[in-house]
Amino acid sequence: LQGKPSPYSTDADANTLEEITNYNNFYEFGTGKEDPARHAGQMTVDPWSVEIGGLVERPGNYGVEDLAPDNALEERIYRLRCVEAWSMVIPWIGVPLASVLNKVGVQPGAKYVAFQTALLPDQMPGVRYPILDWPYREGLRIDEAMHPLTILATGLYSDPLPNQNGAPIRLVVPWKYGFKSIKSIVKITLTSEQPVATWKSMQPGEYGFYANVNPEVDHPRWSQATERRIGAGLFGGRQETLMFNGYADQVASLYQGMDLTKNY
Amino acid sequence: MTRTLNDVLRRCPVWMLWLGGMVPLALLTWDTLAGGLGIDPIREIEHRLGRTALYFLIASLAVTPLLRITGISLMRFRRALGLICFTYAGLHVLSWLSMDMGFLWGQMARDIVKRPYLLFGMLAFVMLTALAITSNNLSIRRMGALGWRRLHKLVYVAAPLVAMHWIWALKTFPVTPGFWLLVILALLGLRVAVPRPLRRAKPARV
Repeated sequence: LQGKPSPYSTDADANTLEEITNYNNFYEFGTGKEDPARHAGQMTVDPWSVEIGGLVERPGNYGVEDLAPDNALEERIYRLRCVEAWSMVIPWIGVPLASVLNKVGVQPGAKYVAFQTALLPDQMPGVRYPILDWPYREGLRIDEAMHPLTILATGLYSDPLPNQNGAPIRLVVPWKYGFKSIKSIVKITLTSEQPVATWKSMQPGEYGFYANVNPEVDHPRWSQATERRIGAGLFGGRQETLMFNGYADQVASLYQGMDLTKNY
Repeated sequence: MTRTLNDVLRRCPVWMLWLGGMVPLALLTWDTLAGGLGIDPIREIEHRLGRTALYFLIASLAVTPLLRITGISLMRFRRALGLICFTYAGLHVLSWLSMDMGFLWGQMARDIVKRPYLLFGMLAFVMLTALAITSNNLSIRRMGALGWRRLHKLVYVAAPLVAMHWIWALKTFPVTPGFWLLVILALLGLRVAVPRPLRRAKPARV
């Protein structure tokens, strides 16, 4: 898989493929960081279709190639900041979400985009337990969804996206905590109301709808001021977390006038 | 049967328990040097040390109920079980402040006051420290048996705090630490339910 280089990429050193594919939060395959690598191989990702509906001009079922054709792929080397205060740098391959939304035609009344992960009890051992309210759901405001940094990824390094990283197609929103970047998407719905977000609906005091990386607004149970970079070694220490994960120049304007301690 | 077992246990030197107790540490050191700790070795070191401390704490809590219910006496080993627990708890805290937090003292101090799971853990560690420092004959003599016993009742508070420290650190309600919390509460409950025998049990008639 080949993606065109992009000015949105960071020049920080990327984590290794081994690190990126063996340290995942994908609770459908278990809550351990190694569980997704162990169990996600069972998931069938071909054929796959994404049902796009709601306030769109051309609703329907779309294949992965329809949404992210080879000639449109870009490489996006992004920082990833997990809400658990660790981070990585990941070379995604994908397309801007905006290109997909433009393809299906957004109706004027659409204010939000809702996403849903596949729910495959035969292939996902984690969903047999009610840890979360399955299927996993997430959402973005329409301007966040249309932002050029927001992509749908279908590849990692030069490989098709490994299953444990959300194959065959996932969202990547680099200025938000990782749990917003929903994996293995089967459904995209344009809505006028703010959609359900799984973590927010479970623990609204801990996870908000926006979930923007913000060193000044702590998670109630741990500080978000610093982060531990995976792969930094035993005594690599911590680094300071940057506002909007370092993407403030591009995205801060989206939240102008909003109280980020309330809209966390 | 119980008597034979107790005879064997009596002959068992306490240093053998220490030797066994250091096996998890040796394995962890080996895995660290061999690179067998996966993608995030810091988390693994921290968690394995913490879990091992908890297991030894539970073992030390089990000594009294075991004696009262089955007559099997591990009393000679209880101090060592507690001190091994404290060794792992100390290393767990040390790994947190060095490798995990990188000696960011200010952030650590703010975190401890603000975050329940750190507060639970630190309170438990302070209590365990007090128990470890007084785990010697001199302290028992100085404090008097009654005072010493009263202090060491702190383990009733420390043990559930340790389990809550683990539960509160995770994102969803976790099964494993929840299970250990139940075990701890059961062991503490047994002390109340099966009281210390007032009289020495009569030797069994043959």
